[in-house]
Amino acid sequence: MSDKATFEFLCRMGDNTLVLGHRVSEWCGVAPVLEEDIALANTALDLIGQTQMWLGLAGEIEGRGRTADDLAMTRDAWDFRNVLLAEQPNGDFGQTMMRQFLFDAWHLAMLQALTRSCDTRVAEIAAKAVKEVRYHVERSGDTVIGLGDGTEESHRRMQAALDLLWPYVGEMFIPDAVDDAMAEAGIAPDLTELRAGFDSHVGSVMEAATLTIPDTDFAHKGGKSGFRHSEHLGHMLTQMQWLQRAYPGASW
Amino acid sequence: MKPAVADIWTWLDQVPDPEIPVISVVDLGIVRDVQWQGDELQVAVTPTYSGCPATSVISMDIQTALRDRGIDQIRVKTQISPPWTTDWLSDKGRARLLEYGIAPPRAAGGPEACPRCASTNVEKISQFGSTPCKAHWRCKDCLEPFDYFKCI
Repeated sequence: MSDKATFEFLCRMGDNTLVLGHRVSEWCGVAPVLEEDIALANTALDLIGQTQMWLGLAGEIEGRGRTADDLAMTRDAWDFRNVLLAEQPNGDFGQTMMRQFLFDAWHLAMLQALTRSCDTRVAEIAAKAVKEVRYHVERSGDTVIGLGDGTEESHRRMQAALDLLWPYVGEMFIPDAVDDAMAEAGIAPDLTELRAGFDSHVGSVMEAATLTIPDTDFAHKGGKSGFRHSEHLGHMLTQMQWLQRAYPGASW
Repeated sequence: MKPAVADIWTWLDQVPDPEIPVISVVDLGIVRDVQWQGDELQVAVTPTYSGCPATSVISMDIQTALRDRGIDQIRVKTQISPPWTTDWLSDKGRARLLEYGIAPPRAAGGPEACPRCASTNVEKISQFGSTPCKAHWRCKDCLEPFDYFKCI
């Protein structure tokens, strides 16, 4: 197992939280009600905080002196390793919460497994992050239930969001060479082993939400490998990285 | 002469949390270790929430407070393990929170009572509040909203 595979893996963890954190932060100041605005901003903040830990460790392992900020702000779209789900646009509030729940349910299972990583640094970051994510999934799950089993209109929107986003779930569980190397080294779990727990968790929430999970295994891929991001990521990065691109090294 | 570690803890107990100034960084349980390494004082601080924006301000406040006491060589390190838990809030800190109008954390997952009128007839408004460490609740008797310090 090479440091390169570990670096890739850590970028996946950090880019997931960075990209989703940025997406969620786009709601800041424009969410439907004040409480939701605050909740979304707090969730984004947790995710960005977790990014600093993952990308900080990635930079250390890479050994080329790149910091978490360098990795976050100066890589281009093809160097990002987040799953496609994380970069999907916010849509309406319901779509944002559906994306959040699907990600949170995977994230929780993944972090719980990572607390048992044979790499102590990975286990320590996971132990810190898992406490926050347990809280995220409680809220996103409750919101999916509230809106799914809500009015006719909210139900319709939530079902549409689930239909739209479900094909992005598969990528989180389909292992590639990096995932295999991590599992073999005992750094990260075998992703396929997380699927049953995810299905039962998501299944029970969707049932309570009166929503139907699409009957398809089709999975969009190409995010975590960096092979083919959706066009949305590039647009997002032009916003997120603008300042560091225009004024490299700017600080205050 | 180097100040004793016990004195340094007392000084740190006078450094207020920047967002909840009625409790100190020691009350909050985020100062994990204080020790001299030769002539350098090392202070280990653990973040409450990984994205808490107060963390860097806290490190700065700690350095400033110790410089004011004449300590020049200080290193504030971030230590993430074991992760911070609300169990580390001191009893003094919990009492101060309550006086200030913030319900202290409880393992049951919600506030015991309204910090203003002590009624137990309370409900959650939102899982998140004005800072990452708090949730938003309301008392159904006195009708006042209040902050609850989340239990993690």
